[in-house]
Amino acid sequence: MKALLKLSGIETWHGSICALKHVSLEVFQGQIAVLLGPNGAGKTTVLKTVMRSLYDQKRAQPEKGSIEFEGKRIDRLKTGEIVRRGIGCVPEGREIFPELTVRENILMGAYTRRGGKDIRADIETVYRYFPILRERKDRQAGYLSGGEQQLLAIARALMGRPKLLMLDEPSLGLSPMMTREIFEIIRSINLQEGMTVLVIEQNANIALQYAHYVFLLENGRVVHAGKPEVMKRDKRVREAYLGSSDNSSP
Amino acid sequence: MIAQLILEGIATGACYGLFAIAFVIIYKTSDVVNFSQAEMAMFCTYFMYHILSLYHVPFWISFLATLGFAAFLGIMLEYVFLRPARHSSTIGLIGITLGIEIILMGLAGWKWGAEQKEFVLPVSYSSTHTIFGDTFISDWAIALFVTTACVMTALYFFFKYTKPGIAMRAVQQNMYAARIVGVNTGAIFSLAWAMSSVIGTIAAMFFAAASTLDPQFMMTPFVRAFAAAVLGGIQSIPGVILGGLILGVAENVFGYVWPDSKPIVALIVIVLVLCFRPSGLFVRHYIKKV
Repeated sequence: MKALLKLSGIETWHGSICALKHVSLEVFQGQIAVLLGPNGAGKTTVLKTVMRSLYDQKRAQPEKGSIEFEGKRIDRLKTGEIVRRGIGCVPEGREIFPELTVRENILMGAYTRRGGKDIRADIETVYRYFPILRERKDRQAGYLSGGEQQLLAIARALMGRPKLLMLDEPSLGLSPMMTREIFEIIRSINLQEGMTVLVIEQNANIALQYAHYVFLLENGRVVHAGKPEVMKRDKRVREAYLGSSDNSSP
Repeated sequence: MIAQLILEGIATGACYGLFAIAFVIIYKTSDVVNFSQAEMAMFCTYFMYHILSLYHVPFWISFLATLGFAAFLGIMLEYVFLRPARHSSTIGLIGITLGIEIILMGLAGWKWGAEQKEFVLPVSYSSTHTIFGDTFISDWAIALFVTTACVMTALYFFFKYTKPGIAMRAVQQNMYAARIVGVNTGAIFSLAWAMSSVIGTIAAMFFAAASTLDPQFMMTPFVRAFAAAVLGGIQSIPGVILGGLILGVAENVFGYVWPDSKPIVALIVIVLVLCFRPSGLFVRHYIKKV
């Protein structure tokens, strides 16, 4: 199988702290990959390193290693160019534009694209995925509920027509039901559009359920990787992330 | 008489408002109040004076050339002085704009001297039309109203319907998110400075035509326009125009009753608004949920 995104030996620094220590991972075409790990493990840093949205005052990040997307190195490109190459991103905490309307937020997702007709057609497509956004389209995005804002952030990322969609803790602050709904949407986008997805999660239960492949990140290192069935059986994963030793599903 | 006072107040107020739009644009994209706005506009007005009176370039050509120069000056100042410091605090950036102000004022004084010069627009301040009774309006005021209305309409459509316009608002609201959807934030800042400099220069031409041209001529209008911006809420373009109109009328009426105290009206307005309604009269601000 072909790796769409490949990180090799990535080292990223926050000032004098080494946040990622020789991280290597591959996200395969057409799969849902999950990056699992506790608070402070460096999950978000992985995403920000790929997007090149980390701004250290003096040094460009990552400090070491290479990132390849579709076989080409992207670790020295600007964020805008990375988006143009086909990586979409739903950041942690949603990061919508609170005083733009829902429609304008969605439109901003297509910022790097040209062609008004295609864009308008794609807006219709995301409205079909998320009917609630059509109902709210003229409302200021800041007044949406948390779950709706999460949907909006996903819709915005989809507007860039990414080949790889990265989501940073989409379950953050959402009810279990809403979390499940979001993951169902991720799965259906993966199936219907054939889009490759990389999800960053703390919620191991749900992540293991939807993933094709799982990476476990601790203290800035990938300590474990494998298929979810294998991971579920791993004793350490069960104790640390699934919170129990019995096999019952949530 | 009172009608005349109000009408003149509205005219001056529109000019304050127009000038205030200039710093609203920069404030909206970067949270920086640009204290060099007045001197940028002054410098560009001198540029126009120079090519008009020394090279006798036709008015409209020199007008357009000046707007082009204003855009260039804005982009250049942002790129040379503010961009290298973009990681520093807002107060630091404001300090830099004060530095730019001093540099530009020094340059203008060195190049064109401190004496007052006459700056002439095709629309005269002294050619007037009677509206009714003893109330009249000057060509200058008519041109100013038309210009202000055009600028406002253009900006409304720009911010509402164009891609760079929406992107400018997006950058102001959430710079990180704007970056990850692919916005080149540097280009947006350049655009903001260019637009702001152009609009400020247009306003300065009207001020210069109504008074005289010297290196300090924009100082007082700047303070008044700043008061207008504070009054209207420095975020909103219709807000600052309204703030400008209110201030212009208040100042004129107040100045008629107590002529000696006219200059302090703007300062009182700044202090009162900042004490009692710091976000301005017309701004409804979205407060982020935690």
